[in-house]
Amino acid sequence: MFIGSLQTEPDPTVAGAFPNPGNLTTQNYADINERINLFQGLLNSGIFTGGVILCTVVFGVLAGYSLAVLQWRGREATFALALLVQVVPFQLLMIPLYVMIARDYGLADTHLGMILPFAINSSAVIIFRQYFIQVPKELFEAARIDGAGELALLWRIALPLVRPAMLTVILLTFIGPWNEFLWPFLITKEASMQPLAVSLANYISNVAATASNPFGATLAGAFVLAVPAVTLFIVFQRYFTSTNLGSGVKG
Amino acid sequence: MTAVATPGPVTDPGSRPRRSRGARGRPFGRNPLGLLFSAPYIVFVLAVFAYPLIFSVWMSFQDYFFSAPGAQVDRPFVGLANYEQVLSDPAVWRSFGNVGIFLIINVPLTVVLSLVLASALDKAVRGRTFLRVSYYVPYVTASVAVVGVWLFLFNGNGLVNQILGPLAPDPSWLVNSSLAMPTIALFVTWKQLGFYILLYLAALQNVPKELYESASTDGAGRIRSFFSVTVPGVRPATLLVVLLSTITGANLFTEPYLLTGGGGPNGASTSPVLLMYQKGLEQGTPDTAAAIGVILVILVLGIALLQRRLVGGDES
Repeated sequence: MFIGSLQTEPDPTVAGAFPNPGNLTTQNYADINERINLFQGLLNSGIFTGGVILCTVVFGVLAGYSLAVLQWRGREATFALALLVQVVPFQLLMIPLYVMIARDYGLADTHLGMILPFAINSSAVIIFRQYFIQVPKELFEAARIDGAGELALLWRIALPLVRPAMLTVILLTFIGPWNEFLWPFLITKEASMQPLAVSLANYISNVAATASNPFGATLAGAFVLAVPAVTLFIVFQRYFTSTNLGSGVKG
Repeated sequence: MTAVATPGPVTDPGSRPRRSRGARGRPFGRNPLGLLFSAPYIVFVLAVFAYPLIFSVWMSFQDYFFSAPGAQVDRPFVGLANYEQVLSDPAVWRSFGNVGIFLIINVPLTVVLSLVLASALDKAVRGRTFLRVSYYVPYVTASVAVVGVWLFLFNGNGLVNQILGPLAPDPSWLVNSSLAMPTIALFVTWKQLGFYILLYLAALQNVPKELYESASTDGAGRIRSFFSVTVPGVRPATLLVVLLSTITGANLFTEPYLLTGGGGPNGASTSPVLLMYQKGLEQGTPDTAAAIGVILVILVLGIALLQRRLVGGDES
């Protein structure tokens, strides 16, 4: 992909998969940047993704903790709900959500409208619950006897213990909104609000046909879009196995 | 459900026996704070899942159309008219058929490839990390980005056709009405594989090693123990993989939209979600789009129940 993004002329032969110094240029990056503002796109993707991650972690920890550690009426029902929600395909909600968020609340072309449907992720709640369950209950009991309130308990004892879960959730959540196409595509019509995935897709379907080296430019944009996710994955790849909910620390 | 003698429960090792004492006399249970902590999540689920779901069903029975925000308009109840309109539309049938083709290719291929690759990866000692990264990179990369590469590979004079030479299909892959959907199914299978491999890797950790030992004591070879220990051992994971890949198929949108320029030759790769987008937002008939959505949900639920019957397995 990277090599293709540097080629002046698309080279569809097998040799084209290897760099050829005579055929390399950064022109494609300039070309795509001219059509779609790469920096603005990255910024929008970043705001969208960051907002989703923040909400997911804060509310996911709270819900996961209360589902795993606290005894309250409706706990079982809430957990069942969390499992059920995962089976509802998001796209089936797209028409009513579009009507609600874009038409009724007027949130089209805003970051809030983009973030809202993804703000809390049920899988994150379930992952946090699993990790909190594995924390020995005696730890919590001891702290309670020492007079710690639930919030202090959560902040000082539970959170430090589930740090790997936190990282897992952040990484998994990152992939979703960063790569999400359909929803931001529906509600952003202004180019200046579009995340990179959306502007790149629009480029592929509308502009590419008229460009001088459409594949080069497309691949250049694709490369810019792919690098953050792939880098994060390679750096933190051992945490991706931590989603192995069955193992981990045994209490 | 068929009771399977699963050696190790894959799910929820830490779940505790339900506690009923302490609930009496306290209207919200022992720790009412729990409700407060979960409240944002519950409100969110009701607002972003339950309400739109009901709204969607309601909309499918109305003559619903877009209007200026706040304007009072009459949206009469039309009964099953939207459904009649949808079901008499050949494009809708075509799109459901396309998902059928997609699932027939994608689901078995996903299950077989990811299980085999996961067990190979589980045993591999050298190059493990490299292999895992190479399976997983397509999954973490945006569809939109990878589609660019596939367009480059599979277009009329792309790399694949250059290699195949005269064997290349005549209307090329993505503009060929009988090959467009299978190509998309392959694309999605390849892209999602890393995720399912990871799921199976997790499940494999829960298959007790003693079972493999006793199998080899009984004289079972590698292949035999794969089928009699591994396959039943990861059955709950298989059910999950089948279910998730079915849901992915029902949600198909980005790939047909981008790979085949919005539905392909004669709607050969139009998916129901793509059709919902076209009807609901491009043509301004959200009511028929909602009706397609409701039919799709019912079909997915039906298929999911059927798969549970066929695959069996524990509650996951």
